[in-house]
Amino acid sequence: MKVAVIVFPGTNCEHDAVYALEQVGADATLVWHRETDLSEFAGVVLPGGFAHGDYLRTGAIARFSPVMAEVERMAADGAPVLGICNGFQILCEAGLLPGVLLPNVDLAFICRYIDVVVTSTNSVLTRAAEPGQVLRIPLNSYEGNFTTSPREMDRLEADDQIVLRYSTPSGDTTDEANPNGAMRNVAGLANATGNVAGLMPHPERAIESMLGSADGAVLLRSFVESLAPAHL
Amino acid sequence: MKVLVKIRRRALIADPQGTAVGKGLRDLGYDVSDVRIDRSITLEVGGTDQALVRQAVTEMCERLLANPVMEDYDIELLE
Repeated sequence: MKVAVIVFPGTNCEHDAVYALEQVGADATLVWHRETDLSEFAGVVLPGGFAHGDYLRTGAIARFSPVMAEVERMAADGAPVLGICNGFQILCEAGLLPGVLLPNVDLAFICRYIDVVVTSTNSVLTRAAEPGQVLRIPLNSYEGNFTTSPREMDRLEADDQIVLRYSTPSGDTTDEANPNGAMRNVAGLANATGNVAGLMPHPERAIESMLGSADGAVLLRSFVESLAPAHL
Repeated sequence: MKVLVKIRRRALIADPQGTAVGKGLRDLGYDVSDVRIDRSITLEVGGTDQALVRQAVTEMCERLLANPVMEDYDIELLE
């Protein structure tokens, strides 16, 4: 199953993403952001970094990179689309996911392991996980404070689109366990059909226990298992 | 035509940067609150028809310069 890992100017997690995806069985390829044909790929990953320098707003310029028309087409076709960290911000700017990612409430750049609890398995990111499963994954971001209108947030919850929330190690979504002020502890969410998902933590940096945690593997395995032959 | 665009976060959207600057000002002894940091962009836009230029810049704001989810904008034609 071929997966495109998109590289924008300023992307810096693409090699980690390719390595991690291959560890869980995908055939991952780096694709430059000016590519206009992704028809050979069954899914696409927008990795972390600082696409186009994060100028204007995170993801604002990347959202108009030539490859994004193809990403939007694949999203509409039901193919798995995943945004990690900066990739999540790009998907929000592109309108493929709702809301925005604001700077962290205390203006600290956060770079540490956090815990997230799986609150929905109704997405390409979480379908292989167990509801209530707690994952220890690194967070590495300045703008991870998910925000949307309270009404939109209610709708997202009602539609089961919030897939990961910041939690304590035992899975409680307390204020203390919220590292960046994200509304209702949102760490990851999906679109209504579950094929487009984004998250702020980095699952691709948590696939080997020797390096601290292998908890991210289940999320990437979910993504790879979602690659349907129909999209080949 | 020179155009000034001012972009600001909606009142209900948190502005952590403004909050931090406000705290710094209070540490200096100033009586300030509700500090908000806006963005201003000046650009030279081709054409002389004011209505057309304003229309083009409005479109630029909607598409790229502002995020309609969290920001409002003002457009001022400078000359």
